[in-house]
Amino acid sequence: MEARDATATGELGRMDPARPLVAARPRYGEKIIQGLLAACALISVITTTVIVISLLSPTLDFFGEVGIGKFFSLDEWAPTQAEPTFGALRLVIGTLSATLWALLFAVPIGLLSGIYLSEYARPRVRKTVKPVLEVLAGIPTVALGLFAITFISPEIQGIFPDAVKSPPFFVLAAGLGIGLLIVPIIASLSDDAMRAVPGGLREGAYGLGADKLKVATRVVFPAAISGIVASIVLAASRAIGETMIVLLAAGANPNASFNPFESVLTMTASIARVATGDIGTGTITYDTIFAVGSLLFVMTLGMNAIAMRLVRRFREVYE
Amino acid sequence: MSPRFPRLTSERTSLATAGAHAAVATSLKKRPGSDTVKGQIFFALLLFAVAIAMLALAAVILQNAIKGSSAFGTHLITDGPSTIFPEKAGFRPAIIGSLYLMAGVILFVVPIGVGAAVYLEEYADGTRWWNKLIELNIQNLAAVPSIIYGILGLAFIVRGPLDLGFVALAGALTLSLLVLPTVIIAAREAIRAVPPSIREGSLALGATQWQTIRRQVLPASVPGIATGVILAISRALGEAAPLLLVGAATFVTFDPQPLSGGYSALPTQIFNYALRPQDEFKVVAAAGVVLMLIVLLMMNSFAIWLRNRYEQQW
Repeated sequence: MEARDATATGELGRMDPARPLVAARPRYGEKIIQGLLAACALISVITTTVIVISLLSPTLDFFGEVGIGKFFSLDEWAPTQAEPTFGALRLVIGTLSATLWALLFAVPIGLLSGIYLSEYARPRVRKTVKPVLEVLAGIPTVALGLFAITFISPEIQGIFPDAVKSPPFFVLAAGLGIGLLIVPIIASLSDDAMRAVPGGLREGAYGLGADKLKVATRVVFPAAISGIVASIVLAASRAIGETMIVLLAAGANPNASFNPFESVLTMTASIARVATGDIGTGTITYDTIFAVGSLLFVMTLGMNAIAMRLVRRFREVYE
Repeated sequence: MSPRFPRLTSERTSLATAGAHAAVATSLKKRPGSDTVKGQIFFALLLFAVAIAMLALAAVILQNAIKGSSAFGTHLITDGPSTIFPEKAGFRPAIIGSLYLMAGVILFVVPIGVGAAVYLEEYADGTRWWNKLIELNIQNLAAVPSIIYGILGLAFIVRGPLDLGFVALAGALTLSLLVLPTVIIAAREAIRAVPPSIREGSLALGATQWQTIRRQVLPASVPGIATGVILAISRALGEAAPLLLVGAATFVTFDPQPLSGGYSALPTQIFNYALRPQDEFKVVAAAGVVLMLIVLLMMNSFAIWLRNRYEQQW
């Protein structure tokens, strides 16, 4: 803006020095509007700050009373007992277990769908399949949770009748529900990553005699690998932060186990259960919301940072 | 070949050249056998994966529709929740609560989201550290788990500095913060799609920067912005986790008010029914899901229609 004004006065001003093209008086209204718009943009920074503040101070209170060592341990997770113990590692393992089962389902399906959309599908097919997958991403998680508990759980119990320890809740049912949620994320983002691979690479490979399978799996897929990994990391971070599906289908036993038929308590589910239970504010049990929340926030933030770095690296290669 | 010259090639040579041509063509067309089979298997695998993804979508919708079918009826909309009689249980307070939440989200998110997008696209100098900070922030916020927003709402809006209590307004503010990054990103995309020549033309005619934005850029990007806002709102409608923390889990039998008293929302009410061990209530929950999916489908179709109707080629 400033540069534009400068050239305008510089060149035209010489021709007609009586009427410079800069404004005769400062336009305060313009500045006020710019300030208001900047304030809107600042709200995002304020939101982050407020999230950190509202997590930090109760978390510090909590660690002052419980101790970090006791929190990051495999002690029982029993915050409501008369002598409470807070072995949050159990929640972390429960969360990772649900995420693992979700990824085991969603990564193959999502990546194969991504390869199909980017390399094989004709434009018309792609134009229908991609929006349909995006609808899957838009289904409310409470609906997927209900699907997990009323459909996935009984079906799997039908296949493995005696495996489930506390029916109808087990982590595999929740994991598959989360898997449905993240398939479209992986498919759509990995499709974007593979489509960003320049056509010249494909043509070069075809010119050397490679067939479609080789071009897709040995040329395009490796070239887009950082974007593909980023899509999986983002999906994993989404799975870790998912609440409603695990709340409905994973049960509430804080088992430190990766057994698919065991019931687990995830970090998100523990937060939601404490917040909706009859627990007084300011108690140590209540503060677990914030301590576990901080842990969750740091974990997802770290994963997003990794994903963003991967995407940036991947961009630098071709632009 | 021109008719003046007789055909010089004999029948035999023409046959031979045709044969040679065909042999070369077929050998070029032929792929190594193993690769073709592998390729076919791989292609089948791809189709299988896409089919599973699409079938899953169909299964979620159909399973809820079939399970909930016995509970369909006007009582779903007109009746309040019930703990004892599943056949009378409905969603009336939850629907009203969700409407308040939607209205609140639109009220907060549209001006702030569009304002932030205009600032970032039209005013901000992207090389300055504070503008980079804002961009990084928005990207990060878009990926923060929704339940963390619930904690923020609980600590800062329900209690703490704003101290609103467990009211619908607190829920609306929490959801607004949750979808704000989505709205900003979508609105920026829409504003960026307006070509610079439009701005330059307006500025050359003597309009100030704000006049250019208000009379040229914003009108041209309204369809894109509206599409983004509708999609963001449909996300807010389906979101239950943060509402559990800011009070919408309460069992509400009366019509909620925006500023006082308890409230509930459609997804949290569905959750409430789904948690009960009796299968009859899960049926009601499934019917509620169908209700919610119908509304979401209508909103999304409207967004797609809007995008196609007003998509502008510059």
